[in-house]
Amino acid sequence: MNDTLYVQLLDLACGAFLLAGVLVLWRRDLAAIVRLFAVQGAALGVLVAVLGVHDGDTEVIGLAVGIGLLRAVLLPWLLRRALAASGGAAGPAANRETAPLVNVAASLVVAALLALLAYAVTRPVVALDPSPAAHAVPVALTVVLIGFFALVTRRRALSQVVGFLLVDNGITAVAFLTTSGVPLIVEGGVSLDVLLAVLVLQLLTARIRAAFGDTDLDGLRELRD
Amino acid sequence: MSVTVAGSVGAAAQVVLVGAGAPLLVGLMRQVRARLEGRAGAGVLQPWRDLRKLMRKQPITPDGTGPVFRVAPLLPAATALVIAAVIPIATTASPLDGAADLFAVTALLALGTVALALAGLDTGTAFGGMGASRETTVMALVEPTILVSVFALSVRVGSTNLGAIVTSTLHEPQRVISPVSLLAAIALAVVTIAETGRIPVDNPATHLELTMVHEAMVLEYSGPDLALVEWASAMRLTLLLGLVANLFAPWGVTGASMAMLPLAVAAYAAKVAVLGGVLAAGEVFMAKLRMFRVPELLAGSFVLALLAVAASFFLVGT
Repeated sequence: MNDTLYVQLLDLACGAFLLAGVLVLWRRDLAAIVRLFAVQGAALGVLVAVLGVHDGDTEVIGLAVGIGLLRAVLLPWLLRRALAASGGAAGPAANRETAPLVNVAASLVVAALLALLAYAVTRPVVALDPSPAAHAVPVALTVVLIGFFALVTRRRALSQVVGFLLVDNGITAVAFLTTSGVPLIVEGGVSLDVLLAVLVLQLLTARIRAAFGDTDLDGLRELRD
Repeated sequence: MSVTVAGSVGAAAQVVLVGAGAPLLVGLMRQVRARLEGRAGAGVLQPWRDLRKLMRKQPITPDGTGPVFRVAPLLPAATALVIAAVIPIATTASPLDGAADLFAVTALLALGTVALALAGLDTGTAFGGMGASRETTVMALVEPTILVSVFALSVRVGSTNLGAIVTSTLHEPQRVISPVSLLAAIALAVVTIAETGRIPVDNPATHLELTMVHEAMVLEYSGPDLALVEWASAMRLTLLLGLVANLFAPWGVTGASMAMLPLAVAAYAAKVAVLGGVLAAGEVFMAKLRMFRVPELLAGSFVLALLAVAASFFLVGT
């Protein structure tokens, strides 16, 4: 793989990664949010694979396949199952992020500001090693911040889970872009952790719904008889 | 840039092409829609027939309207013709190249819209005012996005001249497949749809009072004035689609070469026809957005444009 092609593929994967993250804030339909998360997982897989092929590191390529499978197939499948279970019980209105704490137009503008913040904050990191991969670190940090933002402002349990997963996707991307490959054991541990977290959250969501008939987490602030 | 004969001929050809071709594009889009909806359609030439019919009618102005109402249709048509002469449609060697600046072109587009909005207010009817208010809202959200998204493309060129941007893309075609281009392309596509008043922002075929935007503003026009307004809006559609096509796929655009000019004109016509066909086909499957959801869509496209600019700074790995 020559250098120009490498940089182009890397930039394209980063672009898709960022775009999917921003679009999560744009869409209201929870099913669409899960689809976007799957697209982002695939972009992350491609990103890591491109890095692995460029370094000629088979371990990283293997990790890329694993990351792709986990984040583009397995986790979205779990989320879709949780969604299907809630859709049948509470009707179509439950499957939309109807009233986020910050409205959609404002949260998109916030996403743009977060991107600029990420760019400003990561400049020293990029300056340490101005390689094409390091130049893409702001993109990954932007996704982390957007994930936090989704986690804070969205009301549905499922979109908060997606926010949490965006944060994790972003952290993984930062790890691979700044270091040339995370050890298999570390990445395996992190991935397993995420998988378990999603399983637990899925279970928790199901229990919340069984107990309260809704997954709007703001309703759980007050104690009731 | 020196004035060349080929450049002048090219600029003239551009004006003729846009002026004559714009109604044909509208006709083509209506025909595509009609066929996809299972209707026979009125044919590609129908907009020209409509314009001819309108031109023969007697001009009528409503009571109480002033000179603004009478002059307003001329401005969008005139600005559209000027833009047609300067932007790189078929040639990048237009003698008016100095005016082919991103900011100048956006300002000219806005000037036409503002003139029509003022005319809508001048009629003093409820619909005219409502249409003008909606159109201005959309415009206020669209203009920054056009500026920022084309600015993202101009960062790597170092110039906001549209001709220079197209020339640089011609020389380095691999730049088209960068995230900067992709983000800017999506943003520009959304604002093009909004600016030209297509579904999902506005429905050009409706006269339902709750939903119309552009049509409400020009509701009081009739006869030759209406023909001018419709011709101008068809030309704006052609220009914006052509600008999108040439910024991201500039193949066929020629420099100061006379021999390549017919080919460039044909390439432009083909690109705009394809884009228009795709837009019309997409419209069949879409419903109009509620007016209050439109700012959300446009905020989204603005963010994409801003991210494109940001990405052009952080992804400079090459």
